[in-house]
Amino acid sequence: MSMEGKTRRITIDPITRLEGHGKIEIFLDESGNVERAYFQVPELRGFEKFVEGRPAEEMPQITSRICGVCPTAHHMASTKALDALYQVDPPPVAKKIRELFYNTFMVEDHALHFYFLGGPDFVVGPSAPPQERNVLGVIAKVGVEVGQKVIAMRRKLREILAAVGGKPVHPVLGLPGGVAKRITPEVQKQIRAVAAEAVGFAQFTLEVFHDVVLQNTDYVNLILSDVFTHRTYYMGLVDQDNRVNFYDGWIRVVSPDGKEWARFQAHQYLEVVAEHVEPWSYVKFCYLKPIGWRGFIDGADSGVYCVAPLARLNASEGMATPLAQEAYREFYATLGGKPVHHTLANHWARVVELLYAAERMKELADDPELTDPHVRTLPTATPREGVGVVEAPRGTLIHHYQTDERGIIQKANLIVATQNNAARIAMSVEKAAKGLISGHRIPEGILNMVEMAFRAYDPCHACATHSLPGNMPLFIRVRDPKGNTVATLRRDFDGSIHRDA
Amino acid sequence: MRQPAGKPKVAFYWCASCGGCEEAVVDLAERILDVVQALDIVFWPVALDFKRADVESMPDGSILASFINGAVRTGEQEEMVLLLRRKSQLLIAFGACAQIGGVPGLANLWDRQSIFQKVYLDSPSTVNPEGVLPQVRIQEDGRELSLPVFYDTVRPLDQVVEVDYYIPGCAPTPKVILHAVQTLLSGELPPRGSVLAPDRALCEECPRRDTKPEKLLLAEFRRPHEVFIDEGKCLLAQGILCLGPATRAGCEALCIQGNMPCTGCFGPTSRVRDFGAKILSAVASITGSNDEQEIERILSQIPDPVGTFYRYSLPASLLRRRRRGALAEGKG
Repeated sequence: MSMEGKTRRITIDPITRLEGHGKIEIFLDESGNVERAYFQVPELRGFEKFVEGRPAEEMPQITSRICGVCPTAHHMASTKALDALYQVDPPPVAKKIRELFYNTFMVEDHALHFYFLGGPDFVVGPSAPPQERNVLGVIAKVGVEVGQKVIAMRRKLREILAAVGGKPVHPVLGLPGGVAKRITPEVQKQIRAVAAEAVGFAQFTLEVFHDVVLQNTDYVNLILSDVFTHRTYYMGLVDQDNRVNFYDGWIRVVSPDGKEWARFQAHQYLEVVAEHVEPWSYVKFCYLKPIGWRGFIDGADSGVYCVAPLARLNASEGMATPLAQEAYREFYATLGGKPVHHTLANHWARVVELLYAAERMKELADDPELTDPHVRTLPTATPREGVGVVEAPRGTLIHHYQTDERGIIQKANLIVATQNNAARIAMSVEKAAKGLISGHRIPEGILNMVEMAFRAYDPCHACATHSLPGNMPLFIRVRDPKGNTVATLRRDFDGSIHRDA
Repeated sequence: MRQPAGKPKVAFYWCASCGGCEEAVVDLAERILDVVQALDIVFWPVALDFKRADVESMPDGSILASFINGAVRTGEQEEMVLLLRRKSQLLIAFGACAQIGGVPGLANLWDRQSIFQKVYLDSPSTVNPEGVLPQVRIQEDGRELSLPVFYDTVRPLDQVVEVDYYIPGCAPTPKVILHAVQTLLSGELPPRGSVLAPDRALCEECPRRDTKPEKLLLAEFRRPHEVFIDEGKCLLAQGILCLGPATRAGCEALCIQGNMPCTGCFGPTSRVRDFGAKILSAVASITGSNDEQEIERILSQIPDPVGTFYRYSLPASLLRRRRRGALAEGKG
């Protein structure tokens, strides 16, 4: 959609400023081909600094304010860091309550992305009018009944998060050594009913994906196209049998050819993960420390790696629940074996994970031990240092705290999910730009295609930069070799495209 | 007040926020359909097909109410807030960050330079031997790129524009949101500057209210991780610092129902100028002592007074931010 007449008046877009808006700069060479494209993140979190001086036990609630979309991920990574800080092992039921709570959140968050944020590109279509590429367009395509089903499912999941953790936005569940509140038989009954429903909902979502995406040759070709492909390392949390786990386990890294490259505990993260600073973005770029920073390049010699659904499936050897395992098998059978390097396959991988989260939620909901009132072990050790990890919906999330002997934060370090993906997202955007722009001709639809290159990651700039994921505004400036602006393309919050020559 | 033809127009926008306020609106779930029925939403970046250009082209004052969440820390947010102020009859600060600064307002204990130092140079995972820092303007191989500048200080909305009403909470609950919208639509508007939530302390709606002693006296405070917390008993009576006595009601005591203390996200009641000072005086009054040293001993058990009393309200407090001199000297 073009609104050129109007847009000349708005050359300053929200995107060119800050707060979680992606900004892209594209530079052309003499022949009009893309020489370099930058994906910039124009904001900075100050959380690592201003948490200094706060009591450690407050961290699960303070750090959840990094992101109101995935507060539960920060809350849980923080709570696990407190276990390590106080060297305290929660009772079995506390671990089950936490994992149940966490998987309930994963079902809700993955469904939100599929139906509200990322899915519209596929369900409605990548070239559909921008004003239809939203949740209302999805409802129009799949039917009002389905829309109501999605809204009702989300509400029921959020009610469980409130019943177990106090509030769905910014919960109060986690304490070092356990959880704040036990689960009553009445609440367990409620959870069991919703969990059973969630499994059916996840199966239904997988069917929608099959019908809408996999039955469409154009979409499948898009997923498989080279423009949306990168061969990098992959990272994800796995259990003792190398199956995907969101709540706990070992961090496993596989190489671009799919072989295990590292398997380590969260507290060893500084040996494996490092962050690189560029002067043109506020976000830091994670890379594999033993390999080193070699720039924004693919391959086994580059330290660039990838997290989130596709990476988790690649970094694992399967799913721990039967329906998800079957979906996992089909995923690789269809896409040509492991690892899959196609960025857009993240959407499918996310639905596979949705199914796992729902099944795991059900297993834990049905556990007779769930109502055990002994939900805490009081910490007695002197706190010093602790690292906690979970798989956030958008990838591996690490919280690392050092305290004084009273448990007051002296230093904090956070490796936030989307940050792990920052380098590969920047590469994906550049590759899409290079693949789609040539010879001074700039196709109007480029913005959504470029957007799809990063939206597949479900980038949480609420986490990385305090903004919202989803219908992210974009500002693309195309320059000639002398640096003069040839054209600007702007994609607004609503998805509408504006172009100024 | 001027009533535009047709359904009243409203806008939603966010500034320096976490997205939780947007989730809170989505948490209206099925009821959001009622809201859509009653209102014409002319701007809601996260969900609907309208853009800044549409807002700019509207006549001034044509939006009945703009709901803005998040504090202001950038020039762009300031511009958007000024724009929406001009276009709206009513401007509503939505959520704790917009109302009183919120958790990110604790950054006012520091400044941009100390945050840069921490994030880009001192962090243990950062490898940055050349000391590269993000730049407002940068040349790379002859290509010029830019990044936005940040204000040093986080400001709540009413330090930037005039605010008509406030909806409190981190995040506001669906019930409070619905009630506020109904109040605004009723035509019988409360006095300008009102907070659209009950003007009484949280204790009055707390399910553990009956277990709160008539005269609360405490000689010791315990931190929540140090003790088992009785799920049925007033947290203050258990020695856990709960901000219920000083905090505005309306959330239905959700944190307490989660068996954790209130941390004050709904802010103060209408009679309070400085929320943190009010909490401090409330706490001092339950130490059960007139002896200054004894009061000091008891209060010293609260390990982080600023982060506890001003968790959500530092930018709106009389303190506002740490003195720059103190910051440079490394003390406050």
